[in-house]
Amino acid sequence: MEYNKAMGLNNEYIQQRLTEKFGDQVYGFSEPHGMLTFEAPKELNLKVLQFLFDDENLRFQFLTDICAVHYPDNKGKELAVVYHLHNLVDNVRIRFKVYTDINQPDVFSATALYSGANWMERETYDFFGVNFIGHPNLTRILNVEEMDYFPMRKEYPLEEQTRVDKDDEMFGR
Amino acid sequence: MGRPVRFNINAGVKLVKEGPEGYGGEGFFTTRLDKVVGLARRNSIWPLPFATSCCGIEFMATMGAHYDLSRFGSERLGFTPRQCDLLMVMGTIAKKMAPVLKQVYLQMAEPRWVIAVGACASSGGVFDSYSVLQGIDQVIPVDVYVPGCPPRPEAILDGFMKVQYLVENESLRRRNSEQYQKLLNSYGIQ
Repeated sequence: MEYNKAMGLNNEYIQQRLTEKFGDQVYGFSEPHGMLTFEAPKELNLKVLQFLFDDENLRFQFLTDICAVHYPDNKGKELAVVYHLHNLVDNVRIRFKVYTDINQPDVFSATALYSGANWMERETYDFFGVNFIGHPNLTRILNVEEMDYFPMRKEYPLEEQTRVDKDDEMFGR
Repeated sequence: MGRPVRFNINAGVKLVKEGPEGYGGEGFFTTRLDKVVGLARRNSIWPLPFATSCCGIEFMATMGAHYDLSRFGSERLGFTPRQCDLLMVMGTIAKKMAPVLKQVYLQMAEPRWVIAVGACASSGGVFDSYSVLQGIDQVIPVDVYVPGCPPRPEAILDGFMKVQYLVENESLRRRNSEQYQKLLNSYGIQ
């Protein structure tokens, strides 16, 4: 399929360009609620983002959000880092995911490409403990500095542990 | 046609509170000095509102003309802790805000009182969560707790009157006592 200026950017064209460039290194294409979603190995995240940024037709030059998801049962791929990208010219959004092992949650930082990624990656580190390699200042941004765990991971009790008034008799602890 | 009188003015209702015990006559009154000090403090409490959420809205209603906290001698809110006597904490206090709250408390001059308004300030409320302080009494001593989520202005006024009672009847030596030092030390305050 050729890029058609009158038709604008569509999901088939984006998927075709990505597959041309990266072959089977990009996979898992789907369109939940019409938004193109795909995955890539975490080593390739910057290459894919750079390609989406630089390509004269794709032009995904706005980073809407970075977030993470914890899948405790997904062994070896427990943490997903999700990039939401926006082409402001054609008003098209896509979603790009990389997965990482929770025992070594290293992902390359996108701060060199998108300045806005700075705080988003700090937030993702704060809540999920994703270690963004190359980030200029990867410290906690929202929680207290003394916190020694990552609260949004599904690996600690839901309730606050400093409460002494909630005993076993009343609350089944 | 006049409206019927609904208030029984003959039932012995005292609209004006009587003063402390003492000996008085025409143009003079003698009593204990600590009673006079208590009376003066009680009727000129300067509150410092520390409002973070919906309880703060209720407090604004309490300050307004309808409920009118001024009737209790507190029309003058101070927005600097150095001038205030009563810290009113209203709303959820996140753990990250706890050092700020403690610093505000430390900046207040003695004697100082604290009232925790609402479930969140008193106990963390529904926010049984990693980010929320489970009651401000984990970082500063509290004199009066007002329950409710949020409490109505009447409840805040009731709590305020409880503070007034404490202010009026507090011993002048309490702040120098060993127990009080122990209490402050248990919060890490010198």
